[in-house]
Amino acid sequence: MFGFGILTGLTFLPLVGAAFILTLKGESEATLRNAKWAALLTTIVVFLLSLVAWGRFDTASAAFQLVEQKAWFGSGLTYKLGVDGFSMPFVLLTTFLTPFAILASWDSVKFRLKEYLVAFLVLETLMIGVFCALDLVLFYLFFEGGLIPMFLIIGIWGGKRRVYASFKFFLYTLAGSLLMLIAILAIYGKTGTTDIATLLETQFPPAMQTWLWLAFFASFAVKMPMWPVHTWLPDAHVEAPTAGSVILAAILLKMGGYGFIRFSLPMFPDASADFAALVYALSVIAVIYTSLVALVQEDIKKLIAYSSVAHMGFVTMGLFTLTPQGVQGAMFLMISHGFVSGALFLCVGVIYDRMHTREVAAYGGLVNRMPLYAVTFMIFTMANVGLPGTSGFVGEFLTLAGAFVANSWVALFATSGVVLSAAYALYLYRRVVFGPLDKPALQSIADLSPRELLIFAPLIALTIYYGVRPGPILEASAASVANLLQSHTALANAAKIVAQAAQ
Amino acid sequence: MSFSTALAHHFLPETILVLGVLALILIGAWRGTRAYGLVNELAAGLIGLAILALFFGQTSQASLFEGAFVDDAFARFMKVLTLIGSLVTILMSRDYLQRARLGNFEFPALVLLSTIGMLLLVSADNLIALYLGLELMSLALYVAAAFDRDDARASEAGLKYFVLGALSSGMLLYGASLLYGFAGTISFDGVAKSITGAPPLGVIFGLVFVLAGLAFKMSAAPFHMWTPDVYEGAPTPVTAFFASAPKMAAVAITARIVVTAFPGIVAQWQQIVIFIAVASMLLGAFAAIGQTNIKRLMAYSSIGHMGFALVGLAAGNEAGVRGVAIYLAIYLVMTLGAFAAILQMRVEGRPVEKIADLSGLSRNNGTAAFFLAMLMFSLAGVPPLAGFFAKYYVFLAAVDAGLYALAILGVLASAISAFYYLRVVKVIYFDDPAPAFDHSPLSLRAVLAASTLFLLGFWLYPAPVVEAATAAAKSLF
Repeated sequence: MFGFGILTGLTFLPLVGAAFILTLKGESEATLRNAKWAALLTTIVVFLLSLVAWGRFDTASAAFQLVEQKAWFGSGLTYKLGVDGFSMPFVLLTTFLTPFAILASWDSVKFRLKEYLVAFLVLETLMIGVFCALDLVLFYLFFEGGLIPMFLIIGIWGGKRRVYASFKFFLYTLAGSLLMLIAILAIYGKTGTTDIATLLETQFPPAMQTWLWLAFFASFAVKMPMWPVHTWLPDAHVEAPTAGSVILAAILLKMGGYGFIRFSLPMFPDASADFAALVYALSVIAVIYTSLVALVQEDIKKLIAYSSVAHMGFVTMGLFTLTPQGVQGAMFLMISHGFVSGALFLCVGVIYDRMHTREVAAYGGLVNRMPLYAVTFMIFTMANVGLPGTSGFVGEFLTLAGAFVANSWVALFATSGVVLSAAYALYLYRRVVFGPLDKPALQSIADLSPRELLIFAPLIALTIYYGVRPGPILEASAASVANLLQSHTALANAAKIVAQAAQ
Repeated sequence: MSFSTALAHHFLPETILVLGVLALILIGAWRGTRAYGLVNELAAGLIGLAILALFFGQTSQASLFEGAFVDDAFARFMKVLTLIGSLVTILMSRDYLQRARLGNFEFPALVLLSTIGMLLLVSADNLIALYLGLELMSLALYVAAAFDRDDARASEAGLKYFVLGALSSGMLLYGASLLYGFAGTISFDGVAKSITGAPPLGVIFGLVFVLAGLAFKMSAAPFHMWTPDVYEGAPTPVTAFFASAPKMAAVAITARIVVTAFPGIVAQWQQIVIFIAVASMLLGAFAAIGQTNIKRLMAYSSIGHMGFALVGLAAGNEAGVRGVAIYLAIYLVMTLGAFAAILQMRVEGRPVEKIADLSGLSRNNGTAAFFLAMLMFSLAGVPPLAGFFAKYYVFLAAVDAGLYALAILGVLASAISAFYYLRVVKVIYFDDPAPAFDHSPLSLRAVLAASTLFLLGFWLYPAPVVEAATAAAKSLF
């Protein structure tokens, strides 16, 4: 339409919903209900549209598809969107999870509901844009732009220390990203283009690669987040409203992993090989250290936040093994973690809405009053641990398999993290769900409502479905992974030949 | 070219303003204090005419009045920015000045006189024309700073600005005389031609003094000391004027003089510009953190922004000057928008200017709160707002020229300065409401809305600004 393709429609459709909500006047019950339905319908239409895009997507090809391009800033910068096997799954993940974020806020947001919904819809636009952008500056635009709505969501609708958490979130991410901006400018200065497809073919001199890699790493490591720059995450998660935590854990963290797989690995292969040891070390520390930290948390959300950091450690480890298993496993783990961590934060949201506390000590024996909830929470706890039969297992297993090929010591330490993750997850589950129901406040707690059941049912189904049949996700990225590894080997060989020739 | 053709074709905006301001002073002298409203409207109309004359006038390049002035795309671009700054100031000032019983016809006349000085300044092509424009601009500004003559703070601001301004003018004049002494000519081209090979020490001294004088006018560190006090003390519309139009002119003439008069000693002036840029960015970032008065905050913010603009100039090439031009255009819109919001800060008829007075603005006035918050994000340089593209183009030029250290310092300063812009957003959105502001006049609301919509929509259709800036930069080289 108007010379634009489906991806533009997908990216900017949420803004239409946001504009509609802005036109609604007043704070009456009916207006707010209209606003909620408008937001929900918008996100559902976006999801359906993304399924149409998925239908047109050819998984056998590693090339960018559904590409659309327009002149933009004249010199070099173009408005270019497109998806490949790395980005399509994330687009679907985003469009799939956003309706849940809206549903999760249905009754729990008590004030400034319209602004809240607008912020989420704007955020959805920016998230889809990140995964679709095929121009470096356009990518940066969406990548950074997402900070504004998330800053407001944490700061306005967050918990007690929301101001501290929102500032920390914003400034950490901004500082990292600005270094990436310098690298983007340097790339533009060197090649005269910011077109990602062209840049993927470009070979940068090794000395330059090192600096560019470090600058991109600064941004993605913060976003991911990797140890030791992960400290913004527990704060942001704890203070954000439930839906904010869901989006943060399920999608925003994946932008770091997506950045590695889209830019760092293919564009700077030599530097990636050089720095792989560093990434391994940081990943293993993240897996073990943050799992231990999670073990002693008294705040449920904080515990899940630390567990996210640990899981992202598996992702970075898998990516830099540069084996088919490792990279595919990392892709799978990111998608699976999107479902599972999102669902876990929704689980916390369920009891938080009822009791208004996230302290582990305030709960216990919930299974007596909330059997449905206990089952739901258990499924996602198991998926988080990586129990075979859930989607969490496939990703962790593949990344570990890749790590064994690349470096068995790394795999050894990382595997111990799996044990620790079982420890903290089961310990949490026991303290919250089992035991005697002796807290007076919990005596009248209600089980899942139909709306909550409706939220959890598809997530449970997908978690188990992809645990048993991981094929669809793996196939979606298979061609792109193969292409990445092939060009990687070719480039590495070329570099070796050049080095030998120089000697 | 005959004198009258030059006036009618290449000097039309200046001609309109000069004749107009003389007529306005006559009207004022004749009608006395009652003349304010009429004179104010007419002054706005005159500036509007001048802008139209620039848009629809000559597009060729010409040297005027025996090489004293030059009319080129760069001058026209900067003149449009300057005139927009003056026009919006005049439109925004009326309500404030009338409420403060400062509604005298002298104010629009002073703004016009100062604007004429700025127009002369941006098209100056020799040292005498430069000084002429600079002093015409500054003398009117000194008076405007102390316009609220019964207010101790305003008088202090005016006096402080005058004393320090006179000192900086003296330095500039001394530098100019050194340049004349060594080059034997006052024209920029002549100076450029006279410098061959290693420059004499006197030329370097002249360059340093001239740049110091100009840095004072654009309030770049380390010549920024007057800025916070003058911004805080002067009546708010005057502050808005200080923050917008004169900076355009000062940066424009700085770019012109270093590019046209010193192309042979780029390495020498580059060092100075880099130092001023780094000092301004860091000072702007750190010193603003502790401020509680929003006008002082804007003062430090403007110091920082001048530093960012100079990052482009430090690159010393066409892309750099283009970056400066784009930066100034976007900075102008952000500043005017921010001051439109500050002028709306009025509780029960009295103006307030603490950041804390903005508390909970989002509850009292959601639209204004949203606009001001977006302005703050834009000032911080967060995409997709226009402030990001301003920084993008200057840093692009710097990285291209190999100034990596400067660019990295710049982005770090930018991350630090994001903190205090975010603090304003925090006060607006996260804090409990303070007393609501009075209903504000249409002109202020319109300026705030128009500027924010420009910043929000810039990325959709950036071509006009970017193309005009590209043409402007090209004409300078």
